[in-house]
Amino acid sequence: MTATTHDLLGYEDAIARFDPVIGLEVHVELGTRSKMFCPSGTEFGAEPNSLVSPVSLGLPGALPVVNRTAVEYAIRIGLALDCQIAQTCRFARKNYFYPDVPKNFQTSQYDEPIAYDGHLDVELDDGDVFRVEIERAHMEEDAGKNTHVGGRTGRIHGAEYSLVDYNRAGIPLVEIVTRPVVGTGERAPEVARAYVQSLRELFRTLGVSEARMERGNVRADVNVSLRPSPEAPLGTRTETKNVNSFRSVERAVRYEIRRQATILASGGSILQETRHWHEDSGTTSPGRVKSDAEDYRYFPEPDLVPISPSREWVEEIRAGLPERPGARRRRLQEDWGFTDAEMRDAVNAGAAELIEATVAAGAPPAAARKWWLGELLRTANARGVDLGGLGVTPAQIGQLQVLVDSGRINDKLARQVLEGVLAGEGDPEAVVLSRGLEVVSDDAALLEAVDAALASQPDVAEKIRSGRIQAAGAIVGAVMKATRGQADAARVRELVLERVGA
Amino acid sequence: MPTFSTDEVARVAALARIDLEPAELERLAGELEVIVHAVERVSEAVGDDTPATSHPIPLANVFREDVVEPSLPAQDALAAAPASEDGRFLVPQILGED
Amino acid sequence: MSDATLTRQTAGDLAALLQAGEVSSVDVTQAHLDRIRDVDGAVHAFLHVSDAEALATARAVDARRATGERLHGLAGVPIAVKDIVVTKGQPTTAGSRILEGWVPPYDATLVERLRAAGLPILGKTNLDEFAMGSSTEHSGYGPTRNPWDLDRIPGGSGGGSAAAVAAYEAPLAIGTDTGGSIRQPAAVTGTVGVKPTYGGVSRYGLIALASSLDQAGPVSRTVLDSALLHEVIGGHDPRDSTSLPEPLPDVVRAAHHGDVAGLRVGVVRELTGDGYQSGVRASFEAAVALLAEAGAEIVDVSCPSFDYALAAYYLILPAEASSNLAKFDGMRFGLRVEPAEGPITAERVMAATRGAGFGDEAKRRIILGTYALSAGYYDAYYGSAQKVRTLIQRDFAAAFAKADVLVSPTAPTTAFRLGEKLADPLAMYLNDVATIPANLAGIPGMSLPSGLSDDGLPVGFQILAPARADDRLYRVGGVLEAALIERWGGPVLSAAPELEVTTR
Repeated sequence: MTATTHDLLGYEDAIARFDPVIGLEVHVELGTRSKMFCPSGTEFGAEPNSLVSPVSLGLPGALPVVNRTAVEYAIRIGLALDCQIAQTCRFARKNYFYPDVPKNFQTSQYDEPIAYDGHLDVELDDGDVFRVEIERAHMEEDAGKNTHVGGRTGRIHGAEYSLVDYNRAGIPLVEIVTRPVVGTGERAPEVARAYVQSLRELFRTLGVSEARMERGNVRADVNVSLRPSPEAPLGTRTETKNVNSFRSVERAVRYEIRRQATILASGGSILQETRHWHEDSGTTSPGRVKSDAEDYRYFPEPDLVPISPSREWVEEIRAGLPERPGARRRRLQEDWGFTDAEMRDAVNAGAAELIEATVAAGAPPAAARKWWLGELLRTANARGVDLGGLGVTPAQIGQLQVLVDSGRINDKLARQVLEGVLAGEGDPEAVVLSRGLEVVSDDAALLEAVDAALASQPDVAEKIRSGRIQAAGAIVGAVMKATRGQADAARVRELVLERVGA
Repeated sequence: MPTFSTDEVARVAALARIDLEPAELERLAGELEVIVHAVERVSEAVGDDTPATSHPIPLANVFREDVVEPSLPAQDALAAAPASEDGRFLVPQILGED
Repeated sequence: MSDATLTRQTAGDLAALLQAGEVSSVDVTQAHLDRIRDVDGAVHAFLHVSDAEALATARAVDARRATGERLHGLAGVPIAVKDIVVTKGQPTTAGSRILEGWVPPYDATLVERLRAAGLPILGKTNLDEFAMGSSTEHSGYGPTRNPWDLDRIPGGSGGGSAAAVAAYEAPLAIGTDTGGSIRQPAAVTGTVGVKPTYGGVSRYGLIALASSLDQAGPVSRTVLDSALLHEVIGGHDPRDSTSLPEPLPDVVRAAHHGDVAGLRVGVVRELTGDGYQSGVRASFEAAVALLAEAGAEIVDVSCPSFDYALAAYYLILPAEASSNLAKFDGMRFGLRVEPAEGPITAERVMAATRGAGFGDEAKRRIILGTYALSAGYYDAYYGSAQKVRTLIQRDFAAAFAKADVLVSPTAPTTAFRLGEKLADPLAMYLNDVATIPANLAGIPGMSLPSGLSDDGLPVGFQILAPARADDRLYRVGGVLEAALIERWGGPVLSAAPELEVTTR
């Protein structure tokens, strides 16, 4: 039943005929030490069922108590999204049976979220800023993890049984829900991706989560609907669950737009449903239809009492918020004098922090940018790692640039020094010494080489003497070669002209 | 007024994940009809302006600090499991995702 | 001292004997274990007797006392615990087949406190499955019988704890009260039971029935004994978010107070009259007269919303229970049943397990509660019931403006015969009509015997106090108990027939 993409209307056709509206529900696992409602640990990759308590196992008799830090993190997120923070709010029970939900209900905020009515300004690839309206951010708990065993594919269908690990059960989550995002037009997939990227950056800046996509710290549910025109009422939407990388978010939106457009264009109608994302094929498929799927029988959690964050507490948290990513980026760009494109490239390469630290270590911003986005980025791409994974520190790059600026090495030597640093030979200073890469600034040694070069190319010497000064380049080149690049080319040129008497 | 047909009992029992025998469905339909009729009068007692009470003694802001305590040993956690394997709870195959 | 003498002592007297070194905890504990052996075959108050562990605790207490260590006042006095309270290393079933053989890996907070105080735990007492019932007939392990008449019910859900105390199998027991499960069994067995203010005793480790109504409390033969036990188990617990932060009032001193002169005692008009057995009414009125003689001022109060209490209760309880009992699904602990035919999937195993493991009453209430919370019905049912709760709190507030305590019969009738109300759930629910309002409002209540009805069976007298004023129950209860003993020449329970010894 999974459609292949070549049966579908092309993306441009789809967009020409329909106006897309998207919505995103992003879950972030908070980086608290203990769980949302009990003192079990939260570290990633622990032995199965070794981070559990009667509460997180859902044992009879156990009772939840709210983690204060989780509430503080949720408020931090709310404030950073310019949300209102509720005067008072509650948890509810969302009742549904599933083996990874130990109580067979999830303790979650329902009609009383801790934060609501906010927005996030999202910067797109070309520098345009798109404002995404936030409906709410609410607290809840994560479920355990099922491993499906047996069967042909290892996926759920066909599995013979499942093994459940409750280490993740009860880890605090904040779910951030957008209002319908309208007005994106053809850029809907890009806006969706950039929104999730911006949120991830925000979580890290706020220090509320490591926000590691590959560990599932951040997970997105993607809603898509189409309508004939921006004036028409919202169409029927689908919700694609658990889209867990930036690229997949973009692809999933794009795919759903094409799929829905194909159905609508042929006179069909969209079924409101939950769909699954398939990374391999880049398609979505319908979830199993369950008659009771939506009847969660929410009611206020009687084992917990309301949370009424005092305004003093909220203001204290607000005062402690770090500079938000957008504002920080504008400030850095101004300080550094980068163009919009330069700044965007730096951010997209994940180099902004590295450049900032390199500048702090004494390098001019333009030089820092040149190193990180030039030589180092090429090496990182070649090695298949990100810039942070190269093993080169901003302090080392700063030192390298100081060596260049002081004239002790030239640009060409600097590349060799960097090679040495990348090869783990130590700091630039150490590489210069161990490789003997210092610029030769002793005129006597240079004159010797100049004389030798002039002697071996008498015709060129003659040309220079006769006033064709540009011919000096050949002699300079020969000297540079003879000194293995360690000479200062400008000085060599001066010496050549001096010698020839031109 | 809601009527508790056996179909309705079956629908709710499915929601509550309880298998019922046909005779149980029949009996429960009759009993629940009587009980629901008796309890539904709550709605006549209250107006829209009556606030709801979900906690008998109002408290707020009860928190614990973010401090880790030792886990239940995994073997204790698994001791009561009907089945387990490799330190995990073994459950029958799961159809569909929620 | 003989076994028979030891088992007839109050907990307070046993504590004094132990402290004076006149008896050992091993002797006291063994005497009760012997009594259980002798009479529990007929009464069936216990689902599990933990002889070895109780005696080990008793020996440890005796040894510590021998070294001169200062122990808790009740150290060495044995106790029975309702089987809905989790006990590490001892089976805990909640009276349900779905939990048969489950041994919890942790202790309830109140059990930790019992252990810390050195009370040997004799075993776990019978109850209606998950505390759903008023007769203990809904236990998955067979009914408990009333020591006054083995053909009659001991009340419920805590019939096991009440019967154990009434039959001298334990001087003290732990009960839990969601709509009367401590007080109504106390009433029909001639014992004392107290439901503390909601949040007064930690709920951590009580297998939840209805979280906003459940409260654990003491079961005993005297008012003072309940106060002594209340003091052990009460007080703040950081593991229960609904636990009251302030310290427990001095209930033991209140039990010794001995004076009600000038205290205003309100008789709740809606909890007397028609619907109450005539012998129950007569006993109640006589007790009110005794309080008046003792100097209390009797006032008449009205709580019109109580008319809706039973309806609200039978929506709130099933709704919360339907969610609380969802975890019993055969995946992590307890019974697992595979469907007889068709594929073996988690979903189908859950349904088969719950179909086989839950009894009739549990199924009835879970389905009722699921229905009341389901889409389209919430506002009319659960939502309205929560509003009724507000009206009942307002009625109590008005009543407590006119009276320091409120009184009523605990139950409309004396103990009925086994099987008499099993086929009529609504008739069974009516047993709780007088006890339910206190749970809905979270206020404390006590039942103590006020004498016998014309059928020769004990009648319960209920005292209610404002939230956090549990001490008033003990003050009034202590005075009434003393007046009754004076009038009868002994406690009401002494009128109970002797049980035949039939070693089980």
